[in-house]
Amino acid sequence: MIRTLGRMGISAFGWLGRSWIFLLYVSTGLFGVIKRWRDLIAQIYSVGVLSMIIIVVSGFFVGMVLGLQGYNTLVDFGAEESLGVVVSLSLVRELGPVVAALLFAGRAGSALTAEIGLMKSTEQLSAMEMMAVDPLHRIVAPRLLAGVITMPLLAAIFSAVGVYGGYFVAVGLLGVDDGAFWSQMQAAVDFHDDVMNGVIKSVVFGFVVSWIAVFEGYDTVPTSEGISRATTRTVVNSSLAVLGLDFVLTAIMFD
Amino acid sequence: MVQSKTLETVVGVFIALGLAALVVLAMKVSNMNTFGGDNGYEIRAKFSNIGGLKIRSSVKMAGVLVGRVAGITFDEETYEAVVIMNIDPKYTKIPEDTTANIFTAGLLGEQYISLDAGGAEDYLQAGDEIAITQSAVVLEQVIGQVLYDKAADGDK
Repeated sequence: MIRTLGRMGISAFGWLGRSWIFLLYVSTGLFGVIKRWRDLIAQIYSVGVLSMIIIVVSGFFVGMVLGLQGYNTLVDFGAEESLGVVVSLSLVRELGPVVAALLFAGRAGSALTAEIGLMKSTEQLSAMEMMAVDPLHRIVAPRLLAGVITMPLLAAIFSAVGVYGGYFVAVGLLGVDDGAFWSQMQAAVDFHDDVMNGVIKSVVFGFVVSWIAVFEGYDTVPTSEGISRATTRTVVNSSLAVLGLDFVLTAIMFD
Repeated sequence: MVQSKTLETVVGVFIALGLAALVVLAMKVSNMNTFGGDNGYEIRAKFSNIGGLKIRSSVKMAGVLVGRVAGITFDEETYEAVVIMNIDPKYTKIPEDTTANIFTAGLLGEQYISLDAGGAEDYLQAGDEIAITQSAVVLEQVIGQVLYDKAADGDK
């Protein structure tokens, strides 16, 4: 009993320590990535462009649902003109960065883990080491950087599409006044306090999700079962990290 | 793997889309293109009660946004609230004897400052103070007053 607890403690701290050493080592290779920018572009394509469809579709639907639900509540108070405020503030501050990061973890994070884990189990990483090519700098660093770059872009697309989804439902279907929808929104949403804080959030989430994904891939037990476990851990851990960090960041930003 | 040139184009389109989304958020969703309360000139006014007025609340003339509340402090000498307003530099011809009222948008809406222009020849400069002010109407006081009047009527 006590021994199990001790073993769990040691492995947890070992995991934490390895991930930080891993991060420090990878970050020394970030300058090299700028020289090999073609690798970076290929990674932005695979984590960013390929996540576009799910981001756009879910952004639109989240916006529409916000519009519908908000309308049902607000119409009781005769305040349905504030629908634009409800939709845009919840998207820009919270749902945009958070939901985009959760989708990103499921769509791109799991793929990153599986890719790197498979490279490890087929000994491609060891082969690179044999050729004096550092896999952490060559394989991991561009993927980490690509995640940090694409996440804020994806979150911004999510929020913008979501606002138009809400607009479609509110003005198109429910007959909320067009001008009031936009003008109330513009009066309530502040660029620095709301939009930029959302962008900062998504940069943090992009970094954390990519870090967890590449680390789990690199740290995986090189068997097929190990890779499947590592992929699951990536999605679970990065989702938890995003939700937890979101609370902390919200508490700091919007006090 | 996708061809290198197409790849670069697609990634370029993706980044452009992301930045475009940010621009939409800035211009269409947030108040980036309306007066945000920076780089204007400051005027001040003293109120005996500002109600729920906050920093960044709007300052309007004839219903048009002309500035924002930049700061609220308390004057310990007169026990009044000092409201510092940042006026959009576009509007330079606000008469000196303008009055400032705190109104509520709708029954339960946000509170804002409404400036009513006076007839003076001289205009307010940066750092000037508006002399004539009218405080916020606090809903509880109004309700209390109505109840009190009702009770007084009932006694007769």
